[in-house]
Amino acid sequence: MSFDLFWQYLFAGITYGSIYAIVAIGFNIIYNATGIINFAQGEFVMLGGMIAVSLLPHLPLGYAIAAAVLITMGIGAVIEVLFIRWLASPSVLRMIIITIGISILLRESALHIWGESIRSLPYFYGNEITTFHLGSVRISPQVVWVIAACAVMMAALSVFFKSTPIGREMRACAANHTAARLCGINTRNMVTLSFMLSAGIGALAGCVMSPITSTQYDSGSSLAIKGFTVAILGGLGNSLAAVAAGLLLGTIEAFSVSVVPLAFQDAIAIAILLLILFVKPHGIFGSSETARLKDF
Amino acid sequence: MRARKTLALAALCLAAVVLHLLIAATGTQFYLTQLTMAAYYGLVVIGLGTLMGYAGQISLGHAGFFAIGGYLAAALTTRNLQPFQDMPVVRLLDSLGLLAAGQDISGAALLTVTPWAACALAVTAAALVALVIGVPVLKLKGHYLAMATLGFGTIVYRVFLASPYFGEADGIVEVPAFPLLPALGGFGPVVVSGNADQRVLNFYVAWGILVLGAALLLNLIGSRVGRALRSLHSPEAAEASGVATARCKLQVFVLSAVYAAVAGVMLAHFNGGIGPSEASVMKSVRYVALVAVGGMTNLWGTLIMGVGLTFLSLRGVFGVHDDMVFGAILIAVMLFAPEGLVCSGSRVKELVRRLVPGGRP
Repeated sequence: MSFDLFWQYLFAGITYGSIYAIVAIGFNIIYNATGIINFAQGEFVMLGGMIAVSLLPHLPLGYAIAAAVLITMGIGAVIEVLFIRWLASPSVLRMIIITIGISILLRESALHIWGESIRSLPYFYGNEITTFHLGSVRISPQVVWVIAACAVMMAALSVFFKSTPIGREMRACAANHTAARLCGINTRNMVTLSFMLSAGIGALAGCVMSPITSTQYDSGSSLAIKGFTVAILGGLGNSLAAVAAGLLLGTIEAFSVSVVPLAFQDAIAIAILLLILFVKPHGIFGSSETARLKDF
Repeated sequence: MRARKTLALAALCLAAVVLHLLIAATGTQFYLTQLTMAAYYGLVVIGLGTLMGYAGQISLGHAGFFAIGGYLAAALTTRNLQPFQDMPVVRLLDSLGLLAAGQDISGAALLTVTPWAACALAVTAAALVALVIGVPVLKLKGHYLAMATLGFGTIVYRVFLASPYFGEADGIVEVPAFPLLPALGGFGPVVVSGNADQRVLNFYVAWGILVLGAALLLNLIGSRVGRALRSLHSPEAAEASGVATARCKLQVFVLSAVYAAVAGVMLAHFNGGIGPSEASVMKSVRYVALVAVGGMTNLWGTLIMGVGLTFLSLRGVFGVHDDMVFGAILIAVMLFAPEGLVCSGSRVKELVRRLVPGGRP
C-alpha cells in the first residue's frame, strides 16, 4: 500500500468513524437516561437526512438542516410520550421489541412518504469533485464538515451535561433514578428530553453525512448496528470513549476494503461486534466492575 | 394433562382436514399453496417460541438458520458437482450413494446431491452453526443478546447475498422436488414440490410436519427438561436447584435452529427456489413478532397466530403495508398485551401460579 493510499484510507476511516461515533452517542444518551437501547436510533439519522432533503427547495441549506433537526427532535419526543413514557417498569425484552417495532414503523412510513429513491443533500461547500490538498492527499471539504460537526457536538454535549442545570439533572437521572426523583427531578421529563436530544443528534449526523453516503428509507438499520458496535466497543454509556471507538471501527472498516470485497464490509463490522461481545462485553474502555452494576 | 395434549394435537389434525374439506367444497384450491407455506413458517415460529417463551432467550437471527437450511439444501441439489467429481469429498459422497446423476435442460451431465442427503447436511450444518454461535451468544443477556443475534442474522444475510455460489441477489432457482417417501403399495410417492397436482399432498405433508413438530415441543415442555427450561427465567434459582442453565439454553437454541432449518429446506423444495430476502433481518423480526402476538409461553397461541398471520400476509391481505402491519402488531402487543393475544386472560396465569408452587409470576 502506497503512502498516499494509506492516508486516503485513513481519512475515509475517520469520516465514517465520526458518523458512527455520533450515532453511538445517541445510543448512549438514551441508555444512560433509561437503560434502554433504542433500536430505532438509526431511523432518526435517516429521518434527519430525508427531512432536510425535502425542506431544501423551500429553505436555505442551513435552515433546512436546523428545521430537520428540530422536527426529528419533535418526532423523538412524540415517540417517547406515545410508546415509552406511560409504561411502568417494562422488562428489557419488552423494550427491545417495542423499539424494534418503532424502527419498522418509521422505516415503512419513510418508504411511503419518500419512496425507494436515493436522495442526498448537496455538498455544503463546493461539489463532489471539489478537493483541497493536504500534502499529497486530496480531501473533500465535506469530510471536514463531518469531523467538525462531530467535534462541535462533543464539545456542546460536554458543556451541556457539565454546566447547564438541565444537563446536570439528566446526569443525576442516569446515575441514580430513584435518588434523582427524591431530589425533585422530574425523571419522566428527563427521559423525554433524552429521546429528543438523541433524535436531534442523530438527525444532525444524518444531515452532515447525507452528501457523502446519500440517504434512503432503509439506510438507518445498518448504521444502527454499527453505532451500537461502537457504543459497546467504547463501553455502553461512555460518550468520550465512543468517539475513540468510532474512529477505530471506521479505520478498520476503511482498511478492510483493501483485503476483502466491499460486499463483506458490513459483515466485518458485525463480526467485530460479535467478537467484542464474546470476549469483552463491557467494552475495551469500560471496566468490568461498572459493567456488572448495570443491568443489560 | 397428557390426555389434553393428545386431544389438542388431534384437534390440530382435524383442523387441517376441515381446512382442506372447506377449501375443496368452496373450490378455492389456490389457498392450499399459502396454507402449506404458512405451516412451514409456523414451524419456525413454534421453535422460536419455545426459545423465547420457555428458555427466555430472544433471537433476532432465526431467519439466518432458516436460510442456512434452505440455501444449503437448494445449492446442494442444484449445483453441478460434475467438474469436481475427482475431488475426495465428492468421491466419498458418491461411494455412499448420496449423489444423483441427471441431465440439465440442455442435456449435459448433471451430478447433484440427493435431496435426502442435502436435507440432512443442511439441517446438520444449521445445528452445528447454532451450537458454535450459541455457546458464546447465550452467555449474553438482554440488549447484548438481541444485538448479537441480530448481528449473526445480518452476517448470514450478507454472506448469502455476496456469494456467487448462492446466486447472489437472484438466489437459487429450479430446486428439484424432494421425494420424501417412495411409492408404497397402493400409494404414490410422497414428494415435496410446488406442482399443482400435488397441492393437496403437500398441504398434508406440511401440516403433518407441523403437527409432529408441535407434538415434539409439547412433550419437551411437559418433561423434566421443560421444567428445567421454565426455571431459566430466574437463573440463580435454577442453578441452585441443580439445573445446568447454560446447557439447557444451548439445547433449546439448537433445537429451534433445527426447526427453522427444516422449514427452510422444505420451503426451498416446495417453492422450487430461495432468495436472499428469506435471510433478511426483517424476516427474523417478523418471527419474533409472531411469537410475541401468540404469547411467548403459549405454544398453541404462537402456532395459531404464526400460521394465521403468515397466511394472511402471504395472501397479500396487508398489501404494501405488510411490514408496517407487523411493526404495528409488535408495538401494540408489547404495549397492551405483553402476554400475547391468545389466552391473554390473567385468570389462566393466576391458576398456574396457584397450581405450581414457586412458579413464574
